[in-house]
Amino acid sequence: MVSSKSLHKTAQIRLLSRHPEVYEPCDDSFALVDALLADRANLLQHKPRLCMEVGCGSGYVITSLALMLGEENSGVHYFATDINPHAVEVTRATLEAHGVHAEIISTDIASGLHKRLAGMIDVVVVNPPYVPTPEEEVGCEGITASWAGGENGRKVIDRILPVVDELLSGKGWFYMVTLTANNPSQICRLMREKGYASRIIVQRSTEEESLHVIKFWREDIAEIEGARAVASGSESWLSQFPLKSFWRGSTGSSC
Amino acid sequence: MRLLTHNMLSCNIKGVSNGFPLRLEAEKWVEKEVELNADFLRGIFPKIEWKALAGAARAIGYDALPDEADASMLDSDDFLSHFHHALLELHVEEGTLVCPETGRRFPINKGIPNMLLHEDEV
Repeated sequence: MVSSKSLHKTAQIRLLSRHPEVYEPCDDSFALVDALLADRANLLQHKPRLCMEVGCGSGYVITSLALMLGEENSGVHYFATDINPHAVEVTRATLEAHGVHAEIISTDIASGLHKRLAGMIDVVVVNPPYVPTPEEEVGCEGITASWAGGENGRKVIDRILPVVDELLSGKGWFYMVTLTANNPSQICRLMREKGYASRIIVQRSTEEESLHVIKFWREDIAEIEGARAVASGSESWLSQFPLKSFWRGSTGSSC
Repeated sequence: MRLLTHNMLSCNIKGVSNGFPLRLEAEKWVEKEVELNADFLRGIFPKIEWKALAGAARAIGYDALPDEADASMLDSDDFLSHFHHALLELHVEEGTLVCPETGRRFPINKGIPNMLLHEDEV
């Protein structure tokens, strides 16, 4: 496993564990890992101590994060949660196959962890269930929980946001996949009210959906006011949202 | 499940106010060597509930941790290595976490604690 650790900075598909009731890595997972890779130099410089993935599914993302940031010897530790009991098993096997470690907890979002870990997590990554569905499909058992997002696909996202706000340390960064139907500009506004700046790290369109990976970080009030003043002269990138068709690098503008 | 995680878990049942620390009943545990990183240990130390860590370590037969600890001890290499071993190298594979207030039992299987609640507990 040592060789695979040193050669690869993301999890390998052939080493992934699988289960019929667990979401396999797809465009959204790849977009999230690509966003982390695009921001890897910043992440390494950021020197996170504790990282967490909410909704780890196959383990593809948390394994990739551990591979690209390094582990214990660099003083980084990882937590991964999932509400699907099959998913935590699959994540465990995927991590093991890559020779990396994360602490896995079977739970809803970060229930049972968020009190003690409040203000301690430096990096949170989430590929949430964002697909618009009938409300009754949200939180169903098995694989449905990995995608069913209720009205506008926001049902679970809107529960995740305040928990992430609680978990993140002062220097915490938060990466989340969203779909255009989730109204990402409104998510950014919600987070801004909590004191977060945000930026699109990856934007990708497929025939069915347009995905964005957004990075959030706490910004002090002065900076936010400054950014507002700068943005007031022109429409923000939000108005251009559907027009950008492929992905842009880490130089994307602030929202 | 490392004892770091045990130290961060509390009972999540609605209405429980005294849900920490969860009592550890370990049936199977293993030791896995991890490289010691003193900066990590010094950084995380203020966030650790020491009595909960020492108690959990004792529950799996590791009694090298003092009953109480303060930051000045972080200068000692012996202390750091014991702290490191308890926090990161002891993995509970099978066992149970028990809520101190309600007695609710949360199983640990294959190293993964299950904090999922029943509908009437949320």
